[in-house]
Amino acid sequence: MSDSPQLLSGDEAIALAALHAGVRLGTGYPGTPSTEILETFDRLGGRAQWSPNEKVALEVGLGAAFGGARTLVTMKHVGLNVAADPLFTAAYTDLVAGLVVVSADDPGMASSQNEQDNRHYARAAAVPMLEPMDSQEAYDFTLLAFEVSERWHLPVLLRITTRVCHAKTVVRPQNGFQAGSPVGPEPGFRRDIPARVMIPAYAKPAHRRLRQKLAEIAAWNDAEGPNRIFAGGSELCLIATGIAAMHAREAAPQASLLTIGMTYPLPLETIRTFAECCERVVVLEEGDPVLADALKAAGIAAEGKPEHYRYGELNVARVRRILAGDLSPEPVPPKGKPPELCQGCSHRGVFEVLRDLNCIVAGDIGCYTLGVLPPFQAMDTCVCMGASIGVGLGLRHVLPEAEARRVVSVIGDSTFVHSGITGLAEMVYNPPATGHVVLILDNGTTAMTGQQEHPGTGRTLSHDPTGRIHFEDLARAMGVQNVHLVDFQAAEGTLATLLKDLLAKSETSLVVTRQPCVLAAPKIRFYEKAAADRSATAPAAVVDD
Amino acid sequence: MNTVHNVVIAGLGGQGVIKASDILADAAFRAGYDVKKSELHGMSQRGGSVSSDVRFGPQVWSPMVPAGEADALVVLEETQVEVNRGVLRPDGVLIGPELLDAEALKNKKSLNVTLLGALSTQLPIAQEHWLAAIHANLAPKLHKLNEQSFSLGRAAAERVAAKN
Ligand SMILES: Cc1ncc(C[n+]2csc(CCOP(=O)(O)OP(=O)(O)O)c2C)c(N)n1
Ligand code: SF4
Repeated sequence: MSDSPQLLSGDEAIALAALHAGVRLGTGYPGTPSTEILETFDRLGGRAQWSPNEKVALEVGLGAAFGGARTLVTMKHVGLNVAADPLFTAAYTDLVAGLVVVSADDPGMASSQNEQDNRHYARAAAVPMLEPMDSQEAYDFTLLAFEVSERWHLPVLLRITTRVCHAKTVVRPQNGFQAGSPVGPEPGFRRDIPARVMIPAYAKPAHRRLRQKLAEIAAWNDAEGPNRIFAGGSELCLIATGIAAMHAREAAPQASLLTIGMTYPLPLETIRTFAECCERVVVLEEGDPVLADALKAAGIAAEGKPEHYRYGELNVARVRRILAGDLSPEPVPPKGKPPELCQGCSHRGVFEVLRDLNCIVAGDIGCYTLGVLPPFQAMDTCVCMGASIGVGLGLRHVLPEAEARRVVSVIGDSTFVHSGITGLAEMVYNPPATGHVVLILDNGTTAMTGQQEHPGTGRTLSHDPTGRIHFEDLARAMGVQNVHLVDFQAAEGTLATLLKDLLAKSETSLVVTRQPCVLAAPKIRFYEKAAADRSATAPAAVVDD
Repeated sequence: MNTVHNVVIAGLGGQGVIKASDILADAAFRAGYDVKKSELHGMSQRGGSVSSDVRFGPQVWSPMVPAGEADALVVLEETQVEVNRGVLRPDGVLIGPELLDAEALKNKKSLNVTLLGALSTQLPIAQEHWLAAIHANLAPKLHKLNEQSFSLGRAAAERVAAKN
């Protein structure tokens, strides 16, 4: 990728900008629609790593930023819930190098369990937020986010949404960036205890510093922030953020339009001036009425959207309806064919057994969540990653014994590493009277999000061999009483027999079913062969070094 | 005037819908247009419905084709016609395998590119840009087959047009 215009997705544009910004480390955990950012960064020659989960990814990123390296951390919207703990206090610290945290939201839930609006996090954590409306802005705002982060020494949130992440639009990269040429500070350690050790004595002044920084950023946002005015008539004036700005421009080309690129802290004076000379001001935003409420609080007269546009994505037709005040029911688009587990998918056999044994299944998130659909309908709960184990234990604690004995927790391999290990600790520490059974569906990949590696595969983001966590060994070391492996060579009926046996015991059990995802299997074989070839031809490892 | 061309490509996961829209978007980009392309592809691997919008012209705003405004709808799988028909404008063109004769459909694996060939007769994008886009978006070992499929699709659409 060079300086000439390119057709890029928002995710690709962020990766290219990260390269141009001299990002020394990209960390994250996969999650649609954010996954392609780090994959592209890696492909472009950047250093990118999958962490076990988003909290760890942000912590590693924070350490790198303390160490003076520009760092990019990526995740989907719900990932920020997991990473919220470090985020809120990282905001108090003084960073040496830029730290940009990408939150990829999914209004409309194309591939998510909720449609939470992460603009609330910017306000709650007191962290600046930039919101691009296309790939060009995704590129520009990534560069800008590093500048803002370094100028005020705090993390910056870059919020993107599914349409911005995955839509391809034309990007003109800024001139003169040379991959590998030094941009941003040089890594090196400088001790600064009050800026980084958040005990109350240092955190109290740090909180005041943070509010001071935000006041300065708000003034900067008013003076020279990335907000644009498309001039038009004064009868109708629109204020829009993100992809809604694009729909607005198309739905009402004659209207004046103010697009807000930095949505926290808001450029309130810019907005006030824009709104003053307008007859009708309408706020266009996807999700919650975050901007509309903020304007109301600031005493700026502007209409929000009717309540039912809180749900789902906006599009040109919906924006036209909002502007026309059309409250008639919206046409419902015909339903397409729903996805299903692939033919030959290893999860199929497991859900047949769970169905036939009439288990109460505390489920989790991944391809295997499709086990909830016919012909299996073998899942009873699914809330967030890792919840299967805690929820299963909670059910076991309170249900009558006959029902408690039917409860099984089912979790994928990537999800287990993400947030299932603490659930296992809970099972060992607070075992239900009837014991419990946890099933790890180990298909050797993070299939749901497009086959990413994780610590259980023993390969890095770029598929090179690295350390590997062995689930059975881990469970034994943690004190789980029965640990079993059922692999793809096991005889028909093995899993059913084993489960029946374990469900009858009042002990803690972990069963790993191991069979590669059929879509990933050829690639896994390829990576394994490449690793074997390399170790065969490489000179013997230097042991006395 | 800002004439935006709107195309929707639809089918089932695994049929190459996204690849086809990548090629179309790239061809339009090479032809010098502003281009936007968008789809939701979270669960598309697992056999569900997939559709992808491509828009090009002097200046494109929203990346999504509004319902009832598509100039052409390309459908790779018959069951997906009704699901997507609503995107077409009243005189829009529907392009699907049933439109083409057996000769045009002989390369089963590259149905997506065959249909792009048929679509190409409807769009102001020169042949050279189509071919460059096919090359840029597919592995070298697939170039020959796909070039051939593209030509077959194009020829078949021309035969249909000549008959009408
Ligand atoms: C906090 C959080 N991060 C990321 C995701 C996106 N996500 C959903 S399931 C999943 C992992 C699926 O992998 P695995 O557990 O191995 O199951 P598989 O899909 O392979 O069956 C991911 C990354 C999410 N839903 N929540
Ligand atoms: S992608 Fe893999 S894990 Fe997901 S349904 Fe298909 S075979 Fe199963």
